[in-house]
This record gives sequence, structure tokens and C-alpha cells, in this order.
Amino acid sequence: MWQVATVADVRRETATASTIVLEVPDWPGHLAGQHLDVRLTAPDGYRASRSYSIASAWSADTIELTVEKVPDGEVSPYLVDVLKAGDPLEIRGPVGGWFVWKPGQEGPVQLIGGGSGVVPLRSMLQAASGTSTPMRLLYSVRRPESVIYVHDLKELAASDDVDVHLVYTREAPAGEPRVGRIDAELLEQYVYKPTDGATTYVCGPTAFVEAVADLLVAAGHDPARIRTERFG
Amino acid sequence: MSTVSPGFTGRRRDGTELPPGQYLTHEFPVLSAGPTPHIRTEHWEFTVTTETGEQYKWDWAALMALPAEEITKDIHCVTRWSKLQTTWKGVSLDTLLADVETGADFVMAHSYGGYTTNVPLEDLLDGQSWIAYEFDGEPLDPEHGGPARLLVPHLYFWKSAKWVRGLVLSDTEDLGFWETAGYHEYGDPWKEQRYAGD
Ligand SMILES: Cc1cc2nc3c(=O)[nH]c(=O)nc-3n(C[C@H](O)[C@H](O)[C@H](O)COP(=O)(O)OP(=O)(O)OC[C@H]3O[C@@H](n4cnc5c(N)ncnc54)[C@H](O)[C@@H]3O)c2cc1C
Repeated sequence: MWQVATVADVRRETATASTIVLEVPDWPGHLAGQHLDVRLTAPDGYRASRSYSIASAWSADTIELTVEKVPDGEVSPYLVDVLKAGDPLEIRGPVGGWFVWKPGQEGPVQLIGGGSGVVPLRSMLQAASGTSTPMRLLYSVRRPESVIYVHDLKELAASDDVDVHLVYTREAPAGEPRVGRIDAELLEQYVYKPTDGATTYVCGPTAFVEAVADLLVAAGHDPARIRTERFG
Repeated sequence: MSTVSPGFTGRRRDGTELPPGQYLTHEFPVLSAGPTPHIRTEHWEFTVTTETGEQYKWDWAALMALPAEEITKDIHCVTRWSKLQTTWKGVSLDTLLADVETGADFVMAHSYGGYTTNVPLEDLLDGQSWIAYEFDGEPLDPEHGGPARLLVPHLYFWKSAKWVRGLVLSDTEDLGFWETAGYHEYGDPWKEQRYAGD
């Protein structure tokens, strides 16, 4: 069930991340938060596969992935730096039935992403736009230049639909005094209260997800309403 | 099908044979569906429930009193990483199930935190599975399933339920957490049984 998609565009997001726009004939559709498997084949037949979250909501026949380059990685440097418009890319999916948001799902939604963990959350934001579901995004990045989807996020922040808050862990832009990781106080300030009935999606590197999920549970959030996805 | 990826060469492995579609890692990635449950050993309990409803229980002290084994096995995660020669300590399911009266074919493993996974009983017996409580000579970290996890190294690693609290034996096969979310009911890495229908 592998199929060959065609790269329609590769868009730089940051110095180390690119969004890959794929044309997929007969795409069956997907839920926000699902991922794909991507398979690369060398001329001698050697193959490598990795999973990547779908960054876009389902619309007709293109889908987007956003890949952050892992230093010394086997697959991500190829996807970010080598792949170009017109290339074929083998994919399989959509996959995953847990870390997903479905239109009509009850209650508000709290999204918490670290680094490239914002990718599936962006799919949820797109899928919910124009619906009545309130969403909040708390997004942790190293420095202003590492923000993925800057333009989307600025637009979202300017609209009334979504509450967007960025946390800078190493270097903040002018006018933003706080530099540091997400802590209990910050969660208290920016995320829904345990009594608000929100479903919380936490995605990013393992250490980030562990820390945030532990803080949420300690603050009284029901573990059954916290869904996590760890990128490795 | 031969779709060559223009410009891709890949990182060759050094002759180690891995199941199809897997790559080697030297790290120990963590994947789970929700927050990590933190279970204190004094509150830990492990229950085997048979198809007739009979229950067998062990607390931490009872588990520690059982003969333990050192286990060295390769492990394979459905998200495509494999880790070779991982070392564990734990109690064989042969030991735990020795006195359990059952004619059941299927097992549902249940975890603290609500996770479940289904495994045929015959895949847990004959030296194929353990309740593991040490990794690399250290108590098992909560994020890797501590204080104790099921270890079934011959199946994809989501079958090795973290924070295991019990097994329920049954004559019929029900599906567990990931199995109802689109993953394969059995999960043999060598047959690449990743997703339902593979
Ligand atoms: C469900 C899911 C969704 C995901 N979604 C996304 C996404 O949307 N965007 C995204 O960017 N990523 C995503 N990921 C992560 C992605 O799948 C890859 O893990 C990531 O791109 C790194 O792959 P790689 O081949 O570049 O690196 P790998 O080659 O896998 O290397 C990873 C790390 O291991 C080290 N390493 C590898 N091999 C060796 C070795 N032999 N010796 C020593 N060190 C070694 C590398 O130095 C590096 O630090 C997702 C993962 C999952 C499971």
C-alpha cells in the first residue's frame, strides 16, 4: 500500500525545517494529527523509512509535511535539503487513530507543542478553523528564528478564534522578557483549567512531552484527557 | 516497485540484520499515548484473571521473591527503530503462570494509566516473555514502563505493555489500545505486520 506522491513544492520554514507539499492522487483523506510513513530508496535498492506528521488539514489532493533536520540524521537532511519540486516520494498512510482531533469532538482543545511538535497541531488548527471549537496553542521554541509557521501563527494570533502563546527557551525577541522552559506557573496562566473539560494534545521531543505531561497531571488535569505524541 | 529517490544514498548498516523497514538506534526512544504514570512499588500489584474469573495476585515483594532471569534481546518498535542486545532483568511469564489453571488462548495485558494490548497466550510462554523491572542493571525508569513492564521482544514493542498491572485470559480475541487505533492485531516485526491488514 505504498504509493508514489509527487513533490509540488518545498518551502523553507526556518534554517533547519522545510514544508513539503505533496500531490497525492486518490488521497483517502485524513484526520488532523495523523501521520504518514515516508520511504526513500537509493539507486542500489537500499531503503530507509520514517514517520512524519501531516501538517495540513484535509483539502482536495495536496498534503503538507514539515520536517526538521536532525544533525547526522539519515532521512530528515534529505527531505529538508535535497528533495525538490517534481521529485517522487513514496508514502504510506494516513496512520494513527489516537493523537487526532475530530470535528464535532466535545470540548475546547489545548495544544502544546515543542519545536517540530507543532506540526500535527497545525493540522488541528487548520481543521478547526471556521468551526466553533475554541483552541489554544502554547508553543515552545528555542529562539525567534526557530518558529515554524510564523505567518500562519501571526494570522491566527490576530484572529479571535485561537489563543496563541509562544515560549522562548534560549533567546526571546525584543519586548518579551521571559526566557525559559514551560513551568507550572506558565501552564496555570496559558492553558485551560482542569475543570474546563479540554482535551490536551502535547507533542514534541520526548523530554519536552514528559515534562509538560507531568506538570499537567501535577496541576490536576485528568491524565485520560491528555494525549501525547513523542517524536522519538 | 522501484521508485528511486533522486540523490538519496542512505546510511548503510554494518551487516546486522534487522526486520524489514527498521533502522538501528543507540538511544532509547519513548513512545506512549499519554502522560507517564508514576507507580510506587509499595502500591504496585499484578493480577492474572482467568477466563473463569479466578484471580492470582502478586505484590512487589512477591514478585521480587520469584526467581529472576537476565534477558538480552533485540527490540523493534513499530515506529521503525530497533535496538540490539538490550539487557533486562525480570520474572518469566512461565514462572508467573505456572500454577494458573487456564485453557484460554488469548490474553489482554492491562496497564496503570488504562493502556491495553492483546497477545496470544502461546506468545507469552516457553521463555518468550517476562515481567521486567530492570533495564541495563538499573531499576526500570517510569518513562520506559517502570516499575515493571511486560517484555515480549519477538513482537513489535507496543505489545510489551509499560506499567503492566495485570493479564486477563480469554477464549476470544479482543483488540487492545493500538490494535483498535489501526495497528496490526499480532505485530510480527519480521513479517512487517505494522498496520491492520498487513
Ligand atoms: C509519529 C511520528 C511523527 C513524527 N512527525 C515528525 C514531523 O512532523 N516532523 C519531524 O521533523 N519529525 C517527525 N518525527 C520524527 C521523524 O520520524 C524522524 O525520527 C526524524 O526526522 C529523524 O530521522 P533521521 O533519519 O533524520 O535521523 P536518524 O538517522 O533516525 O537519527 C536520529 C538520531 O539518532 C542519531 N543516530 C542515528 N544513527 C546513529 C548511529 N548509528 N550512531 C549514533 N547515533 C546515531 C542521530 O545522530 C540523530 O541524533 C515523527 C516521529 C514519529 C514517531
